[in-house]
Amino acid sequence: MVGKVDAAKGGAKSLQSPASNQATSKPDLSSMSTAFSFKNLKLKTKQQELLIRVSILGLVYILAFITRLFSVLRYESMIHEFDPYFNYRTTLYLTEKGFYEFWNWFDSESWYPLGRIIGGTLYPGLMVTAAIIYWTLKFLRFAVHIREVCVLTAPFFASNTTIVAYFFGKELWDSGAGLVAAALIAICPGYISRSVAGSYDNEGVAIFALLLTFYLFVKAVNTGSLAWSLASAFGYFYMVSAWGGYVFIINLIPLYVLVLLITGRYSMRLYVAYNCMYIVGMLLAMQIRFVGFQHVQSGEHMAAMGVFFLIQVFYFLVYVKHMLNDKKLFQALLRIGVTSAVGVAAIALGVGTASGYISPWTGRFYSLLDPTYAKDHIPIIASVSEHQPTAWSSFMFDFHILLFLFPAGLYFCFKRLSDATIFIVMYGLTSMYFAGVMVRLILVATPAVCLISAIAVSATIKNLTQAIRGKNTQTMSSKGTNSSKGLSKQQASLDQTIPYLKNGATALLLGAFYLLSRYAIHCTWVTSEAYSSPSIVLAARGAHGQRIIFDDYREAYFWLRQNTPSDAKIMSWWDYGYQITAMGNRTVIVDNNTWNNTHIATVGRAMSSYEDEAYEIMRSLDVDYVLVVFGGVTGYSSDDINKFLWMVRIGGGVFPVIKEPDYLVNGEYRVDKGAAPKMLNCLMYKLCYYRFGELTTEYGKPPGYDRARGVEIGNKDVKLEYLEEAFTTSNWIVRIYKVKPPSNRW
Amino acid sequence: MTAEEWEDFRKGHPKAASLKTVPLPFPELCATLFDGNAATGNPSQCLKLQHSAVIRIQTSRTLEEPKEDNMAKFSIATVFIASISLLLTLTHSFSLENPTDRRILVLVDDLALKSSHSIFFSSLQARGFELDFKLSDDPKIALQRYGQHLYDGLILFSPSTERFGGSLDVAAILDFVDSGKDLIVAADANASDLIRNIAAECGIDFDEDPSAVVIDHGSYAVSETEGDHTLIAADDFIQSDVLLGSTKIEAPVLFKGIGHSLNPANSLVLKVLSGSPSAYSANPKSKLSSPPSLSGSSISLVSVVQARNNARIVFSGSLDLFSNKFFKSTVQKAGSSHKFAKSGNQQFATEISKWVFHERGHLKAVNVRHHRVGETDEPAIYRINDDLEYLVEIYEWSGSNWEPYVANDVQVQFYMMSPYVLKTMSNNKKGLYLASFKVPDVYGVFQFKVEYQRLGYTSLSLAKQIPVRPFRHNEYERFIPTAFPYYGASFSTMAGFLIFSFVYLYSK
Repeated sequence: MVGKVDAAKGGAKSLQSPASNQATSKPDLSSMSTAFSFKNLKLKTKQQELLIRVSILGLVYILAFITRLFSVLRYESMIHEFDPYFNYRTTLYLTEKGFYEFWNWFDSESWYPLGRIIGGTLYPGLMVTAAIIYWTLKFLRFAVHIREVCVLTAPFFASNTTIVAYFFGKELWDSGAGLVAAALIAICPGYISRSVAGSYDNEGVAIFALLLTFYLFVKAVNTGSLAWSLASAFGYFYMVSAWGGYVFIINLIPLYVLVLLITGRYSMRLYVAYNCMYIVGMLLAMQIRFVGFQHVQSGEHMAAMGVFFLIQVFYFLVYVKHMLNDKKLFQALLRIGVTSAVGVAAIALGVGTASGYISPWTGRFYSLLDPTYAKDHIPIIASVSEHQPTAWSSFMFDFHILLFLFPAGLYFCFKRLSDATIFIVMYGLTSMYFAGVMVRLILVATPAVCLISAIAVSATIKNLTQAIRGKNTQTMSSKGTNSSKGLSKQQASLDQTIPYLKNGATALLLGAFYLLSRYAIHCTWVTSEAYSSPSIVLAARGAHGQRIIFDDYREAYFWLRQNTPSDAKIMSWWDYGYQITAMGNRTVIVDNNTWNNTHIATVGRAMSSYEDEAYEIMRSLDVDYVLVVFGGVTGYSSDDINKFLWMVRIGGGVFPVIKEPDYLVNGEYRVDKGAAPKMLNCLMYKLCYYRFGELTTEYGKPPGYDRARGVEIGNKDVKLEYLEEAFTTSNWIVRIYKVKPPSNRW
Repeated sequence: MTAEEWEDFRKGHPKAASLKTVPLPFPELCATLFDGNAATGNPSQCLKLQHSAVIRIQTSRTLEEPKEDNMAKFSIATVFIASISLLLTLTHSFSLENPTDRRILVLVDDLALKSSHSIFFSSLQARGFELDFKLSDDPKIALQRYGQHLYDGLILFSPSTERFGGSLDVAAILDFVDSGKDLIVAADANASDLIRNIAAECGIDFDEDPSAVVIDHGSYAVSETEGDHTLIAADDFIQSDVLLGSTKIEAPVLFKGIGHSLNPANSLVLKVLSGSPSAYSANPKSKLSSPPSLSGSSISLVSVVQARNNARIVFSGSLDLFSNKFFKSTVQKAGSSHKFAKSGNQQFATEISKWVFHERGHLKAVNVRHHRVGETDEPAIYRINDDLEYLVEIYEWSGSNWEPYVANDVQVQFYMMSPYVLKTMSNNKKGLYLASFKVPDVYGVFQFKVEYQRLGYTSLSLAKQIPVRPFRHNEYERFIPTAFPYYGASFSTMAGFLIFSFVYLYSK
């Protein structure tokens, strides 16, 4: 495999050479020096090197898998969080009913009474992947449960990602960088956060697909091969089928092509790679029902189409230039051609947008370009914690030393500019920007950061080892690791040997290893402590240091499953919708697929109204039970009271009768005696604090002391008129209320 | 069962004749069920059952006569006998199949009332009700035992009782009503707080002044004592054949008692007999110092409530209205020269009691079903633009059997947050209502809803949930004529490309 890729790379070089001499000279040099240094390392044969490489990769592959198993060991083999439950439910449906039923699935259990066309509103890649793994295992006579497959899909694909990262790194720089990249990405917390065992979400598969697409595209650009380009189109298809983040690809690649065009790096290789990838990728992507005709109709995809036309114009111009042989005439033609092309494109875009054929950008897309947009206009996007702008600490948390290696890597990339390194630089910079806008997009940046850092690490260590071996005398500034990485390989300034070069290099090498080992320790610690909790089962430390498990969610969902009529409708805030349908098997009003803002706003309005008004709303939606999550007893802070302001905001966004200031006192959100009267009597408050006033939660505190907010509640005497308590879990985290039927005699 | 026995039975039940030859739908099931019954050799036990049950048992017995192996099933037999006797007690009382009440508890202040109101009571007994008279402070009063209701109806002719005996209280009475049982409450000038509380819980507010009675200087009944205008000749009836029968009540109803008003928040309560515009509620013995709180036709003299579970309640401000004295007395309304030989009280009381005990105006909807046009099975899900039929059978209880209910205003809604289809159903005069319509081009979870609420009738509220799905991906038309230019374009491009490739590759 490796040898084959090498050969292909060689082919790439020979193809590259007519295009840009500058770009090719350096990979040649580096590979030569690699071969050179390996000889010095007394590795006698190429097979030995291959053996080491393969065994390192194999270890990394296994490492990437096992480091994600903390949650299975600590808790059990279970699905985590919210969205994965939907994915699990659909996968189950797919394996039970087959693909045809899945593709045309109309789910009447969610979004009551609107229902949801599941087959047409999801990215089926993840489910199909898991189902295929399941069917394969079944075919091989491994009797596994589909849940186990779902739980382990993300770690499995994380392992596969390391392989892709290796080849990508190899394509970008050299095999050393590839190995380092594979190792870095295997344990990088930014990626682990979405790919631990049980985190059965689209991203787990999508990052693999994303990196694969990019790798294949870079390969296609490097080789100009139709086959690689086609492969990248299929990679893109897989990505489209798996995650909405494919929009990133379909914008980044045109941007990259545009940059290459502008910088005069246009080549036939690029032309072949882009055209094939775009056209085939687009046609394939249209097969996904959820995406449909967006590639030709939505504003987000227009950049790709524009670049596609532009590259045709470019090709034409090059052809004309070739035919014309007259500089002046060509200049004129160029001017006319570019002007008219831009004009036609602008007119087409304008007409398309005005006539409604091209849909404008969606709110999510806007909020990426303008981080303040969602906050002002789309509370439902802003309300999700993973859509918040990223704090510096979480960059540090998720990237650790990569954050410092990233600029160093960029430096190396600029030092040895080629089509491939331009791509990784652009990928790194854009994704870093997006990571700064939204927390969850750290995930997209992670592969780029790992790859670029790997280049830095690999290049530095290689230079340092060379220095130690004393082959070359090199200039070296003694300002620290960072600048020392910037060893220049130019032999021009070899005036004299710097004293203590070897010792300095050894020290720096040890420093680098120390840093890398710290990175490994940090990653393991973060994985174990922060990213391996299922969030459906909560754990806390007791007074004697023992672990206390709060399994209230599942308790409540199983209660629903066992004790309510099978067509009961449950109203809750949308966060819990997927879990209720998947675990409770009951119909919900809204769920995590937030496609209908009005419906969510109706629920928000019910939650923030007085009980009698809420009763009318609930009757109109045929609600039988209301479920709230309450952390006042356990001190669980992400409960409905803390989310309540978002319900008010989202409800108020559609129904102006709900006004946010009614729930605030001097702009402050409180639940104690000083709270606003409407706050103290709205449905959510009543449901959360019903009978709470009698309960002593903490020694030495008055009854009704809310541990999540650290205050004594303001309305201890909550009376319910239209609802009755049906079930409260053992730690009061989930409370379920039954909506009473209308009074018999009134 | 011998042929003679069958003949006997057939005489008693003419409808059963045809059933002898009709095979049962589940012969095996019936065979096991009724095997044991034959073993006891006491078929007369079954005869006490009501029509349908008897018929079924008889026919099944004719079917399984040749069977001999009865002894082994003796234990089943005992169980079955027990269940039959249980069934007997159950079918005897109020049920879905037979909604007319059977056993009625009458609570009185004084047992003398039994004779002073005997006409009313005997008319009930003549119609087949079992009346159980008890003093209202009898410590043995109980409405239910072991979770079973002992009575189907309750008549409270005890206006002055402050406390009931036994376990009976306001909550127990309201619980009785909320479990679907019926109630007649009569008050009078010295109505106790207990009675007022019961009334208030049902949306009826008796005049709060305990000494106030209804006075009418305009339409009082002419009597010997001049100047007593508390005996009222009321003739302002509600216009409803269901409530008051189809024969018009000609004579005015004599009323002497307190008035009440209806709570405007309650939409289920109705005035049956209201005061004339000149009526008011005040203490007749004292001078009127302030305007009366209740006056005019807002005063209700007799009201009815039909609860959501179709329990029926009558409130009367006058106990005397039901008395023999009023039933028999002549009536002449002030200002009118016509003197009726008999007041309208008896007719009014009888008719309203027929209504309240479900002898009239009780509807049932059965066999709700729906299917695509041309099919018979009920699908689990519809597709948009399907043509469907919705059928329901509605019957009215005539007091002894179910008769088809014929009306032209029964509507069905196809409802998802708001009605997408609202259609009046056609009927075949035999109780079968049908509506056929096209599913709207909207997917979601719909409901078939029949909300039939007519004055006096039990309210029918049927809801049946049915999801409607969009087209599957292969249910669209594969080739549409308007797109032929596009098909032509694609295929010609493909052909052209192929030719071009060949020409380009091989022409040199």
